[in-house]
Amino acid sequence: MSQADPKATPPATPLKEWPLWEVFVRSKQGLEHKHCGSLHAADAGQALNMARDVYTRRQEGVSIWVVPSAAISASAPDEKGLFFEPAADKIYRHPTFYEIPDQVGHM
Amino acid sequence: MKELEALSDFTLHLADSALILGQRNAEWCGHGPILEEDLAMANNSLDLIGQARLLYQQVAEVRGNHCSEDQLAYFRDESAFKNFTLLELPHSTALAPSAKGQRDYAVTVARNFLYSAYMVGIWSSLASSPSLAAFAGAVHEVPLQNAKALQWANLSANLKAVAAKSYKETEYHLRHSSDWVIRMGDGSAESHQRIQQAFHHLMPYTQEFWTQQHPAALQLDMPSIKAQWDVTVSDVLSEATLVVPSAQGFLPTGTRGVHSEHMGFLLSEMQGLARAHPGAVW
Amino acid sequence: MYTQSFNVPDTTEPTGAKAPLSLVGVVSPLSEQDAAAQTRFDTKLNADQKIEPQDWMPEAYRKTLVRQISQHAHSEIVGMLPEGNWISRAPSLKRKAILIAKVQDEGGHGLYLYSAAETLGTSRDQMLADLHSGKAKYSSIFNYPTLTWADVGVIGWLVDGAAIMNQIPLCRCSYGPYARAMIRVCKEESFHQRQGYESLLTLMRGTAEQQAMVQDAVNRWWWKCLAMFGPPDSDSPNSVQGMRWGIKRISNDDLRQKFVDATVPQAEVLGVRLPDPDLKWNEARQHYDFGAIDWDEFWATVNGNGPCNKERLATRVKAHQEGQWVREAALAYAHKQAQKNSLKQEAA
Repeated sequence: MSQADPKATPPATPLKEWPLWEVFVRSKQGLEHKHCGSLHAADAGQALNMARDVYTRRQEGVSIWVVPSAAISASAPDEKGLFFEPAADKIYRHPTFYEIPDQVGHM
Repeated sequence: MKELEALSDFTLHLADSALILGQRNAEWCGHGPILEEDLAMANNSLDLIGQARLLYQQVAEVRGNHCSEDQLAYFRDESAFKNFTLLELPHSTALAPSAKGQRDYAVTVARNFLYSAYMVGIWSSLASSPSLAAFAGAVHEVPLQNAKALQWANLSANLKAVAAKSYKETEYHLRHSSDWVIRMGDGSAESHQRIQQAFHHLMPYTQEFWTQQHPAALQLDMPSIKAQWDVTVSDVLSEATLVVPSAQGFLPTGTRGVHSEHMGFLLSEMQGLARAHPGAVW
Repeated sequence: MYTQSFNVPDTTEPTGAKAPLSLVGVVSPLSEQDAAAQTRFDTKLNADQKIEPQDWMPEAYRKTLVRQISQHAHSEIVGMLPEGNWISRAPSLKRKAILIAKVQDEGGHGLYLYSAAETLGTSRDQMLADLHSGKAKYSSIFNYPTLTWADVGVIGWLVDGAAIMNQIPLCRCSYGPYARAMIRVCKEESFHQRQGYESLLTLMRGTAEQQAMVQDAVNRWWWKCLAMFGPPDSDSPNSVQGMRWGIKRISNDDLRQKFVDATVPQAEVLGVRLPDPDLKWNEARQHYDFGAIDWDEFWATVNGNGPCNKERLATRVKAHQEGQWVREAALAYAHKQAQKNSLKQEAA
């Protein structure tokens, strides 16, 4: 397997922490999915199971979407001026949402 | 009426199995490997205890005479419990009860997998059984003097309804535990070893699934249920890169009321407070 | 559950049981950019608008929120232990199921709150590391033991009751994710107090032993619950800043008074005696007067010398450590699957 392609999808090394997923639940047929929070899971299949157990215990849903938080792009807050972040920003400000291989050391 | 007694005893076995496993799985509350799993295992336990309650209530109705779900759960002695021995075991590989091993999540998910794979077969058979009354209204066709037949109709209709509900819950338990078996089997070296050992430990206990006597009236097609179970087990373990261990060895007898040493400790803990206040309402 | 974060510093900050507490963060002159952002921030707060994760916020505001929300989350998780203690021994199947559902809810609340805190630039792992090292605190009420079945009901009635009083105002807090998490929590919380109170009603209508069990539990928990609201306002300078930031909405003393006023009639219906000889209705104030709280005991427990502190923390650490291989297994599997998928993509 070639290691040259920087756009290759899998992380170079396994993550240390279960990644964060955002959960969207459609509570009734005909309504849209609404964001209800986040949870940690190692993969999409488990994220769906967990979302069911965490966010639909009181039968609050007919459909669940889970999305890795790192995959979400967000618009900048609606403040005008010189001093806000670029347009397609990530929703979280913390550096751990970016996967850094162990070999790089502390960052 | 022999058929009523047989069906009632079988219902009691189903209730005991659900309660004992629910009791065991609830032990993880507050101690799970990650918060999300704590919630999942609590759901699992609530489903099982819910099933147990519905089933005990049916048996209590048949027995009458102030019998109740709590009377059955808290005031019967060990030899009266008819759960599978598999379900009363602690969450560890083979160890005497006084040794107090650590809880191992691999044993938990392996056991949940083996049992829920079996119960989806049982529940779906009961839910679609032609020999169980279609609905409690069938009792209108029974002569009023025949109280026992009335009870049989009620019990069988309710059992069918519980089976339909429990089937859906058990399908999810099977999915949850299968997902974990696969992740542990095809995960790290440590998880692979643990889950393989867990199956080695638990597999012989599953013999009891196939040696149990069922009420003839139910016409359960056990060979077919076993065949399906064998396929599920081999498919999931194969995807998990695990070997299916032999199911040979000591044949347990929990369904006849002769349990492992673990049952006594489990019941002491579960029943002690209620028994200290006989007749009290909680 | 209630958090005392405005009143209780983390272990690395200067302590002294009753020393006045310094504000979190350093107040230094702002750059022109930041000054403009501060103005916008203040305008939002004054207009009761929500601050969202990507908005500019003063560092002190962000740090205070991280601390308060994570402490709140830790409290929920540790709070699963004292009540979880009675799941296996619950004296009826109905009570067993109710208790499992309640403890599960608490876990769920912890999860919503960790989620909310993570939007502020911390991670679940970091927060747990702080809890397990003893750096982060959790609500001190959970450092007391649950010795009888009646304790479970009393916790539902009094501890959840106190928590609800604190939580409802938080639903209007200025930070969006925290407010939304609290709305979810409050929806689920009403069941908690009711199940506890109803359990006690049943006991008080029962045998003499059951009634004695309730009275004994009330005797042991009443004063601890009053202390849950935190030290008097005169000893809590951070509260002022919290109120300006729209994080803390009602003062400690006011909440405590509200709690006493609501609870005394409930105790009367139950038929239990609240263990305070100074408790009496004050016609002039239109509130109940009550006796002095033992703040020495409160601080001793907060600072680590309560009956269960070491056990609670050690139990959480143990669960986390023993669960490590499980978490690693899931990650290893996910990594292998991702590699398999990328091989498939390359082959295609």
